[in-house]
Amino acid sequence: MSGMGRSLRDKQSGLLLDEPLIFERSRSGQMGVDVAMDADGGEDLLPEELRRGAIDGMPEVSEPEVVRHFLRLSQWNLSAATTFYPLGSCTMKYNPIANEAAARIPGFANLHPMTPDDMAQGALELMFELQAMLAEVSGMDAVSLQPAAGAQGELTGMKMIRAYHRDRGDTRRTVLIPASAHGTNPASAALCGYEVQQLEGNSLGVVEAAAVRRAIGPHVAALMITNPNTLGIFEREIAQVAEVVHGAGGLVYLDGANFNALMGVAKPGHMGADVLQFNLHKTFSTPHGGGGPGAGPVGVREVLADYLPNPRIVRDGDRWRWRDAAPKSIGRVRSFHGNFGMFVRAYTYIKALGGDGLMRATRMAVLNANYLRARLQETYHLAVKGLCMHECVLTDRHLEPTGIKTLDVAKRLLDHGFYAPTIYFPLVVAGALMIEPTESESLETLDQFVAAMEAIAREARENPDAIHAAPTLTPVGRLDEARAARNPVLRWRAAAPAADDPAGDGD
Amino acid sequence: MRFLPQTEESVRSMLAAIGVDGLDDLFRDVPAELRATANVDLAAGLPESETLRRLRELAVRNDGASALSFLGAGAYPHFVPAAVDNLLQRAEFYSAYTPYQPEVSQGTLQAIFEFQSMVAMLLGLDVANASMYDGASAAAEAALMALRVQRKRERLIVARSLHPQYRQVLETYLQGVRDAELVEVGFAADGRIDSAALEQMLDDRAAAVIVGTPNFFGVIEDVAAIARLAARRGALVVTATAEAMALAAVRSPGELGADIAVAEGQSLGVPLSYGGPGVGLFAARDRHVRSLPGRLVGEALDSDGRRGYVLTLATREQHIRRERATSNICTNQGLIALAVTVYLSLMGKEGLRRVGLVNLQRAHRAQALLAKGAVQARFTAPFFNEFSLRVKDVDATLRRARDAGIVAGVPLGEWYPELADCLLVAVTEEHSQAEIERLAEVVA
Amino acid sequence: MEFPDDLKYSREHEWVLVEGKVATVGISAFAESQLGDVVFVELPGTGDSVTKDEAMGVVESVKAVSDVYSPISGTVLEVNDDLPDNTELVNDDPYGDGWMVKIEMSDPSELEDLMDAEEYQAFIAEAES
Repeated sequence: MSGMGRSLRDKQSGLLLDEPLIFERSRSGQMGVDVAMDADGGEDLLPEELRRGAIDGMPEVSEPEVVRHFLRLSQWNLSAATTFYPLGSCTMKYNPIANEAAARIPGFANLHPMTPDDMAQGALELMFELQAMLAEVSGMDAVSLQPAAGAQGELTGMKMIRAYHRDRGDTRRTVLIPASAHGTNPASAALCGYEVQQLEGNSLGVVEAAAVRRAIGPHVAALMITNPNTLGIFEREIAQVAEVVHGAGGLVYLDGANFNALMGVAKPGHMGADVLQFNLHKTFSTPHGGGGPGAGPVGVREVLADYLPNPRIVRDGDRWRWRDAAPKSIGRVRSFHGNFGMFVRAYTYIKALGGDGLMRATRMAVLNANYLRARLQETYHLAVKGLCMHECVLTDRHLEPTGIKTLDVAKRLLDHGFYAPTIYFPLVVAGALMIEPTESESLETLDQFVAAMEAIAREARENPDAIHAAPTLTPVGRLDEARAARNPVLRWRAAAPAADDPAGDGD
Repeated sequence: MRFLPQTEESVRSMLAAIGVDGLDDLFRDVPAELRATANVDLAAGLPESETLRRLRELAVRNDGASALSFLGAGAYPHFVPAAVDNLLQRAEFYSAYTPYQPEVSQGTLQAIFEFQSMVAMLLGLDVANASMYDGASAAAEAALMALRVQRKRERLIVARSLHPQYRQVLETYLQGVRDAELVEVGFAADGRIDSAALEQMLDDRAAAVIVGTPNFFGVIEDVAAIARLAARRGALVVTATAEAMALAAVRSPGELGADIAVAEGQSLGVPLSYGGPGVGLFAARDRHVRSLPGRLVGEALDSDGRRGYVLTLATREQHIRRERATSNICTNQGLIALAVTVYLSLMGKEGLRRVGLVNLQRAHRAQALLAKGAVQARFTAPFFNEFSLRVKDVDATLRRARDAGIVAGVPLGEWYPELADCLLVAVTEEHSQAEIERLAEVVA
Repeated sequence: MEFPDDLKYSREHEWVLVEGKVATVGISAFAESQLGDVVFVELPGTGDSVTKDEAMGVVESVKAVSDVYSPISGTVLEVNDDLPDNTELVNDDPYGDGWMVKIEMSDPSELEDLMDAEEYQAFIAEAES
């Protein structure tokens, strides 16, 4: 295997030629676009102190070379379309191509956000209907699509909770968050001025009503809870937990990151959640884009509806319009109307599946996760015994005698052609491997993954050094992240000019 | 269901492997009362042909998308070379996620490194992050960063001429941030910041001055003068550029003295899409790198000395620092940052210079054509591709234009009662001379 | 893992070397091994006053961040200026070249709260289990 690895990385020949930075492909005088000028000059339309000439360092590359550059870069990615991508907590399901086609219909793609409402009726109706569909799936009373991503949805939800309490003259300062939560939860709460009080789960990782009762008090503004939690376990006391929080005057923020496990199974609105965010890029199949754009609509119960971001869509008969007048609203969290292109995709997906299809998707996602759990729980240590929901968390404990750790398993999986699970998260599990297969994978793919995981466990006992050297079949080997962080190089710079650069552009 | 590959046979054998009798048994941990009310009551699913028919029906009712439009105000129609979207449709890019495993994510990582390099050049600063959600939230994050950097200063002076939605987002983000205080500084008769008022407001409580340039009226601010005033009082200067194309023709904020510069990058290769997704560009000086919000990609070497790229300086971020992180942002705006990178690569040094000039030329020609008789240029300060006109009757002008199939501009009165007689008009390289003349006819 | 006998240790995993009124402070081999490769160190300035059990600096690895707590109250006399640019010293030589600050103690009786090497090792073993 390592011999093959060397040949793949021999970038002097073959398919995987080294791809320099676009700046290093630059040749003076080249252009990838022909821009017609109306007339020469024009510089003098600005006073001299504001003029800017050509920007030094910007690449000069022809169109075929730009296309080749980015095509090659694309081939250096594993992705959900090309590979099983069991990244826990990220719901890397298939992104239907029809979604992409829909978002590119000129009536959507070319629509300006300041278009008068009567000339944007299709967009408004789509958003209004998407809000209603999300409300139906979740059991919430009202939805705003504005937040740009899951984390911004959390921030929006927590700002609303803060506004709700202030409205009552209440200055509660604390938010309860389980230790297993995503880092965005405490970060979002802190951005609203809240102090974070950590809650411990029980031995199964579940938050018990009794634990919340011990922690609760008039100082608590809210509980942030993820359901199913990051261990892939349903919070079975959620309704009682919410009762305890409500009884003390607090509100419940439900992190909807794992909503893919809930469609047709349990509605957050019935669990006592007062607000949640939807991650359209997880449950509703909009692409992850290599890290955005996502979309993080928020759904609320009646109690928080007045605080939703401005503006809101209102319906007058068969017409829709924006209204920006809710006096208690927290205001805006984003310019314009949110990531509309993602709304078109999510809408397309929900229309394609319908209610029954969404419920079937959840069931298949949970089936796939439990199948992997059942097949792997002997070879690897299972963090929490018993059934899981949409994901399961394994650990490296059984490999301890071999010296092979979670990181090594992840790197070796890359050599088997799989993306790695989420590793070392949740923080409450040592050496976690968090696996979320989604509903998009067939039994055959899951079996291949099981075979790879079993092969790695075998190799750990027989030839651990080979695993330490992994990955070997990737364009680069393990990268020295410590050195990268010690002396960060965060951008390309043109080679220093021979003389001082009096016309330097500020860089 | 076309997206679900499991056959009935597979399901049966998987249930057997799990050791349960049926799919329902997988959910026995979920309380029965929750399951009983969980049915999703939505219309039945549609085949692809029917789904897309419904989408087209909706799209066709967006007549604004095909009208001749001079709308700007933070979102701008610019030409996007076909190669940009073609590359964006590579599923290897769009269906990947945050590059947690750098060895199989070099495509995304190298592209972000190139993006960071280009954004730093555009904004004229040392270092740029991997992007933010949009220009408005980038401005809010810049304000929070200024408060972090300035520690004991709590006041932010915000230009009234900054995009109103950016100001609204800023207000929302600052709710609950301890001791933070937003104060507004007005604009002068020429459309630029009221520098006399600014000078008076600057004191040793001021953490930063936040100014749009070009501002909401299309006017280019005198950032150098603002930076001189701010520096005297130890305040930082944050600039927010809602029209990134201006950076192709106007001296960079960094060069003029901005400490943090943000921009909305939609103009650089991204369709309007009713306002989103766009992408926030965010740059700052080297000495503040550890206070930056968001992701950063850095160069690294692998075990054999090959160059590669990794996420770096991650200890600033929420997944490690949790409630003490520099921001709650989790990812960046990856695919849109890629669009900007491809766009800038294609345009290149000379293409960018030219398209900047074309915008400048056409907008100035349009202004000269429009500002005649009763219609006047509202402000006198320099502008790029957008300008404010004083017209006799804004509503009547807009109606007249609508009757001729034209969306003439954005009325300023909604946000600025004192400018109720003004219309904001954007003209880019996408507007032909004939189209500009059509607008002039109805506005006159 | 070594824990020199001539040092005292805090519950936050700092070590202290006492010479007269001056305490030299760094982080223990256990702390550096838990962090992994240290990539960033932030220390107080010379002349700053520090308070026992309060954060006086930060150490970061690639994927972890930890406050450095002052094990003793006093005034910072000297700071290890080599560290910020050579953070690997914390891993390579935690008790030697990886030292962080020298503090002129204002209340040497605070030393009584610290552990000796044997107690510290027991403390770690308990925390680990």
